[in-house]
Amino acid sequence: MNKNIYELLGLAVALSFILALKGLSAPKTARRGNLIGAAGATLATVVVFFAPLGEGKSHHNTILIIAAIAIGVLVGVPAARKIQMTQMPQLVALFNGVGGGAAALVATAEYLNLGDGASTAEVVATVFTVIVGCTSFSGSVVTFLKLQELMTTRPVVFPGGRFVIAATLAGVLGTGGWTISSGGNTPLLVMGGLALLFGVLFVLPVGGADVPIVISLLNAFTGLTVAASGYVLQSTLLIVAGTLVGASGTILTRKMAEAMGRSLFGTLFGAFTAKPQVATGEAEARSVKSGSPDDVAILLNYAQRVVIVPGFGLAVAQAQHTVRELADMLAAKGIDVAYGIHPVAGRMPGHMNVLLAEANVPYEQLVEMDEVNPTFPQTDVVLVVGANDVVNPAAKTTPGCPIYGMPILDVSEAGNVIFLKRSMRPGFAGIENELLYDAKTTLLFGDAKDSLTKVVNALKAL
Amino acid sequence: MTSMAILTIFALSIFVGFEVVSKVSTTLHTPLMSGANAIHGIILVGAIMVADGATSTLETSLAIAAVLLATINMVGGFVVTDRMLEMFKGKPKAAKAKDAEAAK
Repeated sequence: MNKNIYELLGLAVALSFILALKGLSAPKTARRGNLIGAAGATLATVVVFFAPLGEGKSHHNTILIIAAIAIGVLVGVPAARKIQMTQMPQLVALFNGVGGGAAALVATAEYLNLGDGASTAEVVATVFTVIVGCTSFSGSVVTFLKLQELMTTRPVVFPGGRFVIAATLAGVLGTGGWTISSGGNTPLLVMGGLALLFGVLFVLPVGGADVPIVISLLNAFTGLTVAASGYVLQSTLLIVAGTLVGASGTILTRKMAEAMGRSLFGTLFGAFTAKPQVATGEAEARSVKSGSPDDVAILLNYAQRVVIVPGFGLAVAQAQHTVRELADMLAAKGIDVAYGIHPVAGRMPGHMNVLLAEANVPYEQLVEMDEVNPTFPQTDVVLVVGANDVVNPAAKTTPGCPIYGMPILDVSEAGNVIFLKRSMRPGFAGIENELLYDAKTTLLFGDAKDSLTKVVNALKAL
Repeated sequence: MTSMAILTIFALSIFVGFEVVSKVSTTLHTPLMSGANAIHGIILVGAIMVADGATSTLETSLAIAAVLLATINMVGGFVVTDRMLEMFKGKPKAAKAKDAEAAK
């Protein structure tokens, strides 16, 4: 293929990514944006097989490459198609991790290929890609394990942890310097291993509630590794695409952190400042008021305004359709119904909007936190379905707890609070919720979907 | 490519990256992150370039592994993003259908 045509096509692909990101920032154009991006990526993948080769070079491994792509498609597409919407965040984390791993492998292979002929700048870019790619890979695997609840979702902090992390980071940077100064394969290998370890240590102390920010941050990092590999491979497309993701990912991470009332710095360096958690076990034996579905139905029936606060528990129980049925019934009785959506309800910002959209909840009933908070004093009943951390007053009252400082939905301002919960188990962040013991709180234990169905039936009988 | 040209491309891309997502609503944080995630799957192109030029067994194995991982990242990323957005798109249509029924 003619070199100019090849580069023009590369430019078209780069532009398609800009349009994709632009489209993804507005609800109307989001889906089209994603498709434009996918079309661009497909075009780039096809075109690269026809890339003009330098003098005396020939194509290698074409069949192997196509086979690897075919296997990748066979793994990736079913995973993305079949995953339950509740498990989506960890799938995104995993996709991000393999991307980071791929970038590290590309840089390593090219480093071997260049051998002693590599310029210092190329070695620096390689070192950067391997460090960040490996960190992103192992870090993403840990976030996956946390979100999938294959390991504890609480911050893992061990004595002297920050020194171990600092030492590992120093080791990574030291071996990086070693690789740059002396070249050779051993330093790069040691560095990669240490970077993998650093990724694990970096994410371990992060509490469940901060995991989304870390995924977004690792995502931005992976973008930068792609840009750095683009430098080594002399590919403008990779430089542009990687930098775009790095820059937009950084902004997105900051926005997410803002939505959760976290400083990005605090999350980034949380690993170095993490303190062992305040013990929160002593409240277990206190009494709570639990009610029957009939009690809940009566409370709802005589309310004028009801706010539903959906959380991850609703998603797990697949109760979004039942909750909409209940909301529709209440609305038909002339009761003012709204959904109070915390920015990080679910496991990622915007996750709950996706889940409720799936159940065809009317968009105008979804009220964001800043708008719904002032209305709680005029609200008769708040129905908290499978949420906990986002309504936990500890975020305001208990300095030192992992969610301290996170803006919450002030449901305690309302007349009555009904919690639909499976058990007294604390939420994802692992903190006891004082509100459960409040006099105005009624608990309805059980699977969210069963409980809601019973409440709906009780309402029908009234 | 000269270093200056690369630096220019890099700097301009940063600004474009900042600019295009500066007005995103909270609702779209998750799909946008997922979409950006799919876009960095473009490392697949780099993986193919390296695999295409690889001669030793070690290089080839590393590059082919990279092709596999990058494909999962890119294809899976775009598909899962589309699934998320499919739900957003379904809504106005359903509402319209209801309105149409009500009009009858």
